[in-house]
Amino acid sequence: MSALEVARDALAVVLLLSGALLCLTAGLGLLRFPDVLTRMHAGTKPQVLGVLLIMVGAAIRLQGWSATWMLLLVAVFQMLTAPVSAHMVSRVAYRRRHVRRDRLLVDELHTGAGVGDRVYRGDEPADAPPEEPGAALRESRREGRREGRREDGAG
Amino acid sequence: MTTDTTDTAGPVAHRFRHQLPLLIWLVLVWNLLWGTWSWANLLSGLAVALAVTVLLPLPPVTGGSRLRPLPTLSFLGWFVVDLISSGALVAWQTIRPSGIDRSAIITVQLRTDSDLLLTIVAESLSLVPGSMVIDMDRERRTLALHVLHVRDDADVERQRQSVLTQERRVVRAFGSPAEVAALGTAGRSAA
Repeated sequence: MSALEVARDALAVVLLLSGALLCLTAGLGLLRFPDVLTRMHAGTKPQVLGVLLIMVGAAIRLQGWSATWMLLLVAVFQMLTAPVSAHMVSRVAYRRRHVRRDRLLVDELHTGAGVGDRVYRGDEPADAPPEEPGAALRESRREGRREGRREDGAG
Repeated sequence: MTTDTTDTAGPVAHRFRHQLPLLIWLVLVWNLLWGTWSWANLLSGLAVALAVTVLLPLPPVTGGSRLRPLPTLSFLGWFVVDLISSGALVAWQTIRPSGIDRSAIITVQLRTDSDLLLTIVAESLSLVPGSMVIDMDRERRTLALHVLHVRDDADVERQRQSVLTQERRVVRAFGSPAEVAALGTAGRSAA
């Protein structure tokens, strides 16, 4: 076993271990972060980097090009798909108001001052009813009446 | 400009030209999956790619489909640097005892008007500098992002600037000359 092979193995070990550590922090982040949006950060960035490091380490350690091509494909698809799934989950989470607003500094997407959540603090179940159901019902009735009147006026 | 030249070539050639990058990509994936280069793999990959594109047609991606070698290298280099630093940062925030700082949701006005470029910008933003795309308004070209690790308004502005920098890198690497020019004028009028 030559010195070059030892160095190559050592590099592979370092890459594999640091990749595994990063994947571990991704799991820790899912436990420790307060809401869905921040958890998706933990689920994308350290995890993708960890997978990439593991792929590079494995490519160094494994012999033969066919394994390397496969690992390259895994890395490419990981980088293509992880942001998309994180985006879809966080978009749904935002629309279902699974947002800890007390942990937000600013929210420029949330338009209108009067629609702020008063009761919910984030992390409600997915089928949580709207805040203050009475008010929501009144709102929808008012909308319905207004639309009905507009239809009458048009007809 | 591009539609004029392709319309004269007929609808089949038009479709084929737009599907060509996808075809090449599918053949490449097929060969990578088999792990060895051979004529049999190449031909069977071509058959599978043709079947996939004919049976499951996708709308063509138009605009911004060129590659400048040097800016592309710079974009990829920064991408790797950002990927490593943001991964390390988020990993550190998960394990440190004090937990995470406050986060923010910001909207950024982009200057690009191409589906492909906006997709690349959004994908790379989700992976790199501590930000994640929540929503995108295609009509107004605004991007809503959730950013980790903001303490005050200065941090918010810094994140906004880093998003615009990322957009500039992507457009310089893959955009058409008109798009690069639009980038420059928009930047000057904003400054």
